[in-house]
Amino acid sequence: MTRLASSFWRKSPGAREGQRRSPPSPDTGAALLELDDLSVAIAGKPVLRKVRLAIAPGEIVALTGESGSGKSMTALAAMGLLPPGARTEGAIRLAGRDLITLGDRALCAVRGAEIGMIFQEPMTALNPVQRIGDQVAETIRIHAPRTPRAEVLSQAARTLARVGLPAERVPPTRYPHELSGGQRQRVGIAMAIALRPRMLIADEPTTALDVTTQARILGLLRRLVQEDGMALMMITHDLAVVADMADRIAVMNEGRIVEEAPTTRLFREMRHPYTRALFEASRHRASLPPRPAGEPLLQVHDAYRSYALPRTRLLGSAPRHEAVRGVSFDIGLGERVGLVGESGCGKSTLTRAILGLEPLQRGSITLDGRDVATDPAARRRMQVVFQDPYGSFNPRHRVRRLITEPFHLLDDPPKGAARDDAVAEALEAVGLDPSVADRTIHAFSGGQRQRLAIARALIIRPDLLIFDEAVSALDVRVRARILDLVADLSTRFGLAYLFISHDLSVVRGITDRVMVMQAGEIVERGPTDAVFDAPRHAYTQTLMAAAPRLPEIGQDEPVA
Amino acid sequence: MSRALIAGAALTALFVLAAALSFAWTPGDVAAMNIAERLQPPSAEHWLGTDHFGRDMLSMIMIGARTSIAVALVAVGIGMGLGVPLGLAAAANRGGWLDEVISRGSDLVFAFPSLVIAILITAIFGPGAVNAILAIGIFNIPVFARLTRGAAMALWSREFIMAARVAGKRGPRISVEHVLPNLANLLIVQGTIQFSLGILAEAGLSYVGLGAQPPIPSWGRMLADAQTMVSLAPHVAIIPGLAIVLMVLGLNLLGDGLRDRLDPRLNAVRA
Amino acid sequence: MPLDPGVARPYRAAMLAYAVKRLISLAISLLVASAVIFAVVEIAPGDPARFMLGINAQPDTVAALRAELGLDVPKWQRYLNWLGGMITGDFGTSYTYRTPVAQMVADRLWVSLPLALYALTLSTAIAFPAALIAAARRGRGPDVAVMGATQLGVAVPNFWFAMLLVLLFAINLGWFSAGGFPGWSDPLAALKALTLPAIALALPQAAILARVMRSSLIDVLGEDFIRTARAKGLSMRQALWRHGVRNALIPVLTILGLQFAFLLAGAIIIEQVFYLPGLGRLIFQAITQRDLVVVESVVMLLVFAVIMVNFAVDLAYAAVDPRLRRRA
Repeated sequence: MTRLASSFWRKSPGAREGQRRSPPSPDTGAALLELDDLSVAIAGKPVLRKVRLAIAPGEIVALTGESGSGKSMTALAAMGLLPPGARTEGAIRLAGRDLITLGDRALCAVRGAEIGMIFQEPMTALNPVQRIGDQVAETIRIHAPRTPRAEVLSQAARTLARVGLPAERVPPTRYPHELSGGQRQRVGIAMAIALRPRMLIADEPTTALDVTTQARILGLLRRLVQEDGMALMMITHDLAVVADMADRIAVMNEGRIVEEAPTTRLFREMRHPYTRALFEASRHRASLPPRPAGEPLLQVHDAYRSYALPRTRLLGSAPRHEAVRGVSFDIGLGERVGLVGESGCGKSTLTRAILGLEPLQRGSITLDGRDVATDPAARRRMQVVFQDPYGSFNPRHRVRRLITEPFHLLDDPPKGAARDDAVAEALEAVGLDPSVADRTIHAFSGGQRQRLAIARALIIRPDLLIFDEAVSALDVRVRARILDLVADLSTRFGLAYLFISHDLSVVRGITDRVMVMQAGEIVERGPTDAVFDAPRHAYTQTLMAAAPRLPEIGQDEPVA
Repeated sequence: MSRALIAGAALTALFVLAAALSFAWTPGDVAAMNIAERLQPPSAEHWLGTDHFGRDMLSMIMIGARTSIAVALVAVGIGMGLGVPLGLAAAANRGGWLDEVISRGSDLVFAFPSLVIAILITAIFGPGAVNAILAIGIFNIPVFARLTRGAAMALWSREFIMAARVAGKRGPRISVEHVLPNLANLLIVQGTIQFSLGILAEAGLSYVGLGAQPPIPSWGRMLADAQTMVSLAPHVAIIPGLAIVLMVLGLNLLGDGLRDRLDPRLNAVRA
Repeated sequence: MPLDPGVARPYRAAMLAYAVKRLISLAISLLVASAVIFAVVEIAPGDPARFMLGINAQPDTVAALRAELGLDVPKWQRYLNWLGGMITGDFGTSYTYRTPVAQMVADRLWVSLPLALYALTLSTAIAFPAALIAAARRGRGPDVAVMGATQLGVAVPNFWFAMLLVLLFAINLGWFSAGGFPGWSDPLAALKALTLPAIALALPQAAILARVMRSSLIDVLGEDFIRTARAKGLSMRQALWRHGVRNALIPVLTILGLQFAFLLAGAIIIEQVFYLPGLGRLIFQAITQRDLVVVESVVMLLVFAVIMVNFAVDLAYAAVDPRLRRRA
């Protein structure tokens, strides 16, 4: 099991820290962590079924799959942190010792010292009322209670420095809320590795982070694994994230590992259809028949919006955060435009302003010459699809009432049979059966809800749709189908849309033209392929370099 | 249905029925004094005994339930009727001057404990059931205003409200159409809790003489009257107290049961 | 290696700005509250001077008394005089007793305030351990017992509970006296006299506090950072103590602040049961005698206490939760 020219997948070296380790040799001793026919049932419902997985010291193994596939449960089972009421069968062996048979006291001695774990949400994984230095120190103190306080603290400070938080720049006396998301995740990593455990488990460690931050955190993990010779179990829903990092990948579905192989071989062979389906869906690009842009429809001119920040001085004015700083762009009839940017770049504020929900302090936003903030005639021609499939419907209403809500914008909304026809038509357009109109929203899955959201947007036949992170909460296979639907509807109805997303690969597959936003300004714009293939602005270049990418398959002989 | 819900509903129903029945019939006449039969322990003739005027305690308790329920119910009605719209308006206007005025106003009323409000009112208008209702009702307004505002604020940031705004709907319409229905469970649960607190407050007020005035029987004043008889006839002090405890317990169990049944995530506040 | 951008933190300034803003809103609250109380008392029908002197008094006698009581000036000026007097400790003169209200209030405060504090201490001392035990053993025996006891506790009216305590401990067992207050010359005897009232006040409040604290702890135990702590190797108990309690305190502080208001008000009622010469008895006497200046002053004092406690709770929040220090 040699690694085939993995450099093929590597990003430009500047974007990543650390060098690729030499691959572990399979003949140096037994596995460090071994899951042996591990089955877990919670409240009688099986969540893991006979999972077998072995991880050798120094090895990075990725566990991937869609939500509910059991990948996080596998991690929690390995930590002995399953929710109460879980029944476990099989064995979890760490260096030969079965953790399932250990009592909680013995397990506590293992957790943090021999296995460390990093969690997904850096926001909530840290105690908000404790200094970061103390939180890292706790790992040390809990396993060696007699260590003098000063020594514990200095060791904690050294660990923080090691993960990129040197005391002179980020003092250990800070509280979590004073740190950025990436810095918080670094604290989480510091807590996990403070005692240099042999095994590290990372559960979606970068999912909540921006791509550039993600790249740095992945680089840090790679470096730590290499320096300490740790084994790393990396759990992620995103194949691309682990494509150039993992030595081996295990694909999970419905509590089972359906395929497991060294990374290169897995991507080359993809023996299981589920793996192939995941892979295809991850890099899915919708079919966008070329079409000329029509007359300008949406015109954003010098839009500016700032917010007051909490006061930092006793006297004087409060500082302001400039969320959108003089943005101008047009979207023509039938145009398919993307807007990408990291969190805090101002894209949400801009979106709300376009929807007429947020007043501007300067500039104008018009739809066909009418002001979106004041003129109902403008709003009538524009609708929106939001991110959260579970939050975008009033749980107390039925589908019919939910999707006809935009009729409120019409002076003379259809009634009776005409209304029923409109409902049926909208539902059929998004691929749902018209009979679902009388159901409550609880009956629908996430993907179906996004279809309903699109039906709601379509029902007044708008000319422009705004997709605000509309597929970000969906699993890859569902996401691919929704993207196809969007492209298809756009073609059928000649719809223009603005597709806003933090996910570059999604925007690439669904737009003709793209704008890149940073710190309240649009720093680069142009045809999607051109911007993605040859970014000119430095920020766009960083962004593209940091974005995880899947290997091209079909090219069995990579050009090294 | 949980056991708490059944027990709570049964206890509450028992008192409500007893109160309703008292309009038509009571075992004894509470207006008639019978000194010869004063302070008798429970017996076949007087199931709960008699008080210091020889009146039938069961009848007194039944009519007292009427007073308690009426005062607490109207007070909760006042609190909900004014507090909920204020809370909705504040949330729809979040961050604006109206929100600020309503929030500060709630804080201010909260600075006057209900008993202090009652004292102020009685100091000026004299004691009575109506003033007790006013005092408890005024105190309930900020309770509901705050609860409604808090929960409505969380809803206003949800995407379905954004969708309604994109559909051109405005604050008042969204509040009624989207916010209020999603608060209904929370309000029912909090209403039950405030109802039980209202029963306690009414009892407290009439105990110190600020509530319903004689000859209207009320549980609090039965206890006040009983205070000097405790050593002679403990039952006159124990029975009205038990009535209060059971009624409040019933309402609390009902509230808890409803909360678990309607929405396990609801966190009503006992304020 | 590039670092994530740090967050600027002008720390002390933010904390100071927070405190100043709170102080300003405190002053406004007090001002509005005093205006409300003054206005409400002004609505009261009747002339206090005439009321005090009786129906047959001579007009010039009434006028003289009005001047003596400071009633002969415009209303707004009376309000300012009253407010100014309050600030300097001059609460006016009792219509009934013709003695300074401040002195009367001060004497009574020495009963009511210790009683409220005694009760608050007891209620906290009972509630915290009960909540910790219940939350740590959620759904099991101790939890069921604590929850059952608190369910009963919140349903019991404190004055009735007080009567039961008197019946049992004073009348039947004779351990305590049934009422009255010997004064603070013998502190032990004074404390003993306040013990039954304090228990009667504290137990129902302890039930509420324990319920809030338990549910707050259970919420916190479901937080991600508790899982993180477990992943570091902390046992459930250690995670509860080191990470749960402080975070769970935040909602509990609110309830503690509210409880102070309830305890003061509750003390007024409990004083009736035990015949304690506190603010409660003073205010009821004043109501019967239509001594409005006393009513006004005592109500203002109670409201002042509640507002001050809420202010203290706000500051305590900032001490417990560093996030709030930024939210000026």
